[in-house]
Amino acid sequence: MKVKIWGCRGSLPAPGPETMVYGGNTSCVQITHGDTFIILDAGSGIQRLGKYLNPQVKEIHILLTHLHIDHMMGLGFFQPLYNPDVTVHIWGPSSGKESLLNRLRRYFSPPLFPVMFSELPNHPIIHELGYDNFEFGALKIHSEYVCHPGPTLGYRISDGKGVLAYMPDHELSLGSANFPNDPEWTSGFEIANSADLLLHDGSYNAKEYATKIGWGHSSVRDAVAFGKMCKVKKLAIFHHEPMHSDHQLEHILHTSLRNQKLDFEVFLCTEGDEFEI
Amino acid sequence: MPAQPLELILARQFADSLSMPVFIVDTEGNLLFYNEPAEEIFGLRFSETGGMRLEEWATIFRPIDEEGNPLPPEGLPLVKTLTNQIPASGSFYINNLKGERILISVTAVPVIGRSNRYSGAMAIFWKTQLQ
Repeated sequence: MKVKIWGCRGSLPAPGPETMVYGGNTSCVQITHGDTFIILDAGSGIQRLGKYLNPQVKEIHILLTHLHIDHMMGLGFFQPLYNPDVTVHIWGPSSGKESLLNRLRRYFSPPLFPVMFSELPNHPIIHELGYDNFEFGALKIHSEYVCHPGPTLGYRISDGKGVLAYMPDHELSLGSANFPNDPEWTSGFEIANSADLLLHDGSYNAKEYATKIGWGHSSVRDAVAFGKMCKVKKLAIFHHEPMHSDHQLEHILHTSLRNQKLDFEVFLCTEGDEFEI
Repeated sequence: MPAQPLELILARQFADSLSMPVFIVDTEGNLLFYNEPAEEIFGLRFSETGGMRLEEWATIFRPIDEEGNPLPPEGLPLVKTLTNQIPASGSFYINNLKGERILISVTAVPVIGRSNRYSGAMAIFWKTQLQ
């Protein structure tokens, strides 16, 4: 399973000289395994992914964690949607009430966007998810709701040899009783348990988180504690706060890891990173 | 042990912040959590017992009528909710571990999450009076 990061910024694209190292595009991750092609989230990073996509890819599965704008703002600029030879499936969280299609149409229509789904050469095929297990080729996928405002999913993707866990927007302290001491009562544990690579929300330092409780995001310190609890092999801190410069991100990680003895690798996710799992 | 679904995790967080006694059970009636105010009714501490299987906690928590006769389980609000997945309310007496007979009112509600996933029930108690 090959994984490539096309965007790991949170909330808002943040291009500029102060974010050159870790990147400014919002959430978008490419997964390839044989002929299977999956994209996690359609943030602004999906625009470049579409530009460099292998033209031989004819079927694409886009798995949305949720419908906050930073996770779908790139969808209208994803070139394969305008290619009649490509079939695009969009998978996302069921709300239990309004259909996923209707909720997607709010963005994919004027005044937010000039083109409607019905004007595309192929209407994307929409699939609603909750607590589900399904397969694309040899890849097994598990989805479940995690703690974040509005219907939000985490994804666990396994090829039988390795596991990628993806929770870009996840508030651990609010979604857990007695965190980080009780896995049974911690949102997202089933997604991340023993993963080879966990891409996890680490938007804030501990002081910032104290003023943003309930916003749906975690501190780097909590993300590290979660990685430790889940016994992951690698933790990539994801969803970098758009106000944070490269230097500030490095400082937050450094202070969050101070005095910690960890038996797994923790690093800041970087746009352009590639992993073989 | 597999992790609990988000709805139950958040229900526990909510219960933990309340001053009214709350029980949380799974779909089989196994007791997953009771909060600190419920410890007073139960006479036990969650930190010492953890969750309990139905047959275990049913022997400790015994609803009775005014004369002390055991009540049939099918008439109890939490059992009705678990059976029908709808809210139910009622009042009954219990004897706490101090030997006091307490009249309590209970409202039980099913926990049904997104995708209509049924995960269990919450029972909220009000201590009405000491006999």
